[in-house]
Amino acid sequence: MAWLNIFSKDKKEKLDKGLEKSKEGFLAKMSRAVAGKDTVDEEVLDDLEEVLVTSDVGVETTLKVIKRIEERVARDKYVGTSELKRILREEIAALLDDKEENKSSKFTIPKVDGPYVIMVVGVNGVGKTTTIGKLANQFKLQGLKVVIGAADTFRAAAVDQIKIWGERTGVPVISQGMGADPASVAFDTVESARASGADVVIIDTAGRLHNKINLMNELSKIKNVMKKVLPNAPHDVMLVIDGSTGQNAFEQAKAFTEATEVSSLAVTKLDGTAKGGVVIGVSDQFSIPVRYIGVGEGIEDLQVFNKKEFVDSLFG
Amino acid sequence: MFNRLQEKLEKSFQTLKGQGSITEINVAQTMKEIRRALLDADVNYKIAKEFTNTVKEKALGANVLTAISPGQLLTKITHGELAKLMGETVEELDTKGNPAIILMAGLQGSGKTTHAGKLAHFLKTKKGKTPLLVAADVYRPAAIDQLHVLGEQIGVAVYSNREEKDPVIIAKEGIAFAKSNGMNLVIVDTAGRLAVDEKMMTEIAAIKNTIKPNETLFVVDAMTGQDAVNTAKEFNDRLDFDGVILTKLDGDSRGGAALSIRQVVDKPIKFIGTGEKMEALDVFYPSRMADRILGMGDVVSLVERVQDQFDEEEARKLQKKIAKNQFNFDDFLTQIKQIQKMGNVKDLMGMLPGMGKALKDVEIGDDAFKHIEAIISSMTPKERLKPEIIDGSRKKRIAKGSGREVNEVNQLMKQFTDTKKMMKMMNNKSAMAGLMKQFGGMPGMPGMGK
Repeated sequence: MAWLNIFSKDKKEKLDKGLEKSKEGFLAKMSRAVAGKDTVDEEVLDDLEEVLVTSDVGVETTLKVIKRIEERVARDKYVGTSELKRILREEIAALLDDKEENKSSKFTIPKVDGPYVIMVVGVNGVGKTTTIGKLANQFKLQGLKVVIGAADTFRAAAVDQIKIWGERTGVPVISQGMGADPASVAFDTVESARASGADVVIIDTAGRLHNKINLMNELSKIKNVMKKVLPNAPHDVMLVIDGSTGQNAFEQAKAFTEATEVSSLAVTKLDGTAKGGVVIGVSDQFSIPVRYIGVGEGIEDLQVFNKKEFVDSLFG
Repeated sequence: MFNRLQEKLEKSFQTLKGQGSITEINVAQTMKEIRRALLDADVNYKIAKEFTNTVKEKALGANVLTAISPGQLLTKITHGELAKLMGETVEELDTKGNPAIILMAGLQGSGKTTHAGKLAHFLKTKKGKTPLLVAADVYRPAAIDQLHVLGEQIGVAVYSNREEKDPVIIAKEGIAFAKSNGMNLVIVDTAGRLAVDEKMMTEIAAIKNTIKPNETLFVVDAMTGQDAVNTAKEFNDRLDFDGVILTKLDGDSRGGAALSIRQVVDKPIKFIGTGEKMEALDVFYPSRMADRILGMGDVVSLVERVQDQFDEEEARKLQKKIAKNQFNFDDFLTQIKQIQKMGNVKDLMGMLPGMGKALKDVEIGDDAFKHIEAIISSMTPKERLKPEIIDGSRKKRIAKGSGREVNEVNQLMKQFTDTKKMMKMMNNKSAMAGLMKQFGGMPGMPGMGK
């Protein structure tokens, strides 16, 4: 099967490939324009603006970065090319929330009492189910015992889809079939995971547009019902954002955070031409760390987010 | 989030007060605001830049009508240009041939499978076709099952072959199946693919060349950001697609991608997806999309209607009165009648940015204004001229005379006072616009919310 063929390529190379378009020409131009000057001239800032905006960073965040760079250049005077690159990296990296930055590239989970419960949420078609499949695989490789809850009981054949991932990864999937109450599925899953001494529970939920109030309320209900089994569950509410999403990601983060207190982000489809720049602003504004990135359809194409690599790939 | 455009434009034009036309200097800041609004709406960076340049050229020297502010006029010019770019006409789907063949293509998660189902439902119920859905996504787990479930929901046959891994062959088989079973329309669902995936792009091109569809439709998520141009271009280079389906428009994205795609590949958007139900597919209307991108309800039509109905002479008189703080209930009534002349109240309010959503389930008949009229008509001429003399017992009498409740009279008094206050504040602007704005923020209006 084609999706199985994309195994184990060099991770950095893969992310770079997707991101390389944005750095073409820009840094060279930038170097020329700052050499021997104590201000960054208009043209360079325009180019910087273009690079950032076309990476979906958004106008507001872009202006923020530009302002800070202008300030630093004015303060430090005569910034050289390499310094400017460094400053640029630093300023953007500073926006990415790192209060719980994972220093290793391993897929680890914190120690908690009972299974560690991850609830996965997001709008339709961002790749929740696929991300869950890949994540389950990674945890399994770490020797962890994983259980998946098929709480997307709405979209046609969603339960079948997650079950196929369960078979591929050898992870049990708790399901009550299509049309079942998703909160009940979540409850069952956590209970069964606790009873069987599982380490990690991953709950799949139906994609929903964040402006549908009833569906968002349902999500709150799914979240709350798990507390009846484990008071601290879910330990992580992961919002999956499609890497090609534009400024609407802010609205998504806002609405999902209101409904479920999102605690981490996963950005998918970064193997395409989209840069995923919007997560920079989202992470900054909502103080939510990016935890994983999806870089392909293969089961291994999920990486622990590395801030430095992400920013480097954006700017070379 | 971006109902602010109009507001921003007003702000950037504050320095313009009293100036009769749009000039190079005063337009610069506004163009910046428009560009930013477009970028916030995910319109591609370069396209937004080109676009504002076009608008600027059009705007320079345009005469500013007294009834509307330069900001409003500029919004109208912007909207006009945007609507022009979106395409002026509604584009029909080509379903000639037996069977007619439609090929769906797009990125992962854009909504191809769902929209294959919706399209089948649409063509079956609205165009009397007998469709067949063909499941040619052999990669995503359960994609075939998903199409079968949808087919069952809408009563449309689905062709699949789980043994076959080559989507080209499946597509061919599907068409043969349709022919031998008297189905006159085939919709081929394909796997999602990235434009940079050479192997997958070759595959979809091969499908197209083999089945020679009437329509190849590029399915794209309305929430897509700047990358929309790259993806659309790549898909178009490989497939030369015929049209676009813009999905997930029931969300709150502004859908600037629509403009980018239109500009880059010059292909029409034919349908929009507006929900998860199989019925949630609409024919695309270009000018509505322009409204959405600018995030302004239908301010443009509103401006047009105000322009049509606004009596300049009346306005001048009113302005004077406001300046002297002599605005009274008679004037209030005149204003209301003018608003009524412009059309259905709900329609009108729906045009105000941000109001459309709030009003969706609210029933507002013209009763809303009838009640106000009734109350004012029950006042004596003296009370109308000097509202401050209306005390408790007068209120009771007015309520009785108009058949309304005392609290409704109170509410109206309060609205009147607020309106008056606000009109004084915005003395320099159009009084009518002021009143409209006031109604926009008036959820407690009698007759509303019932």
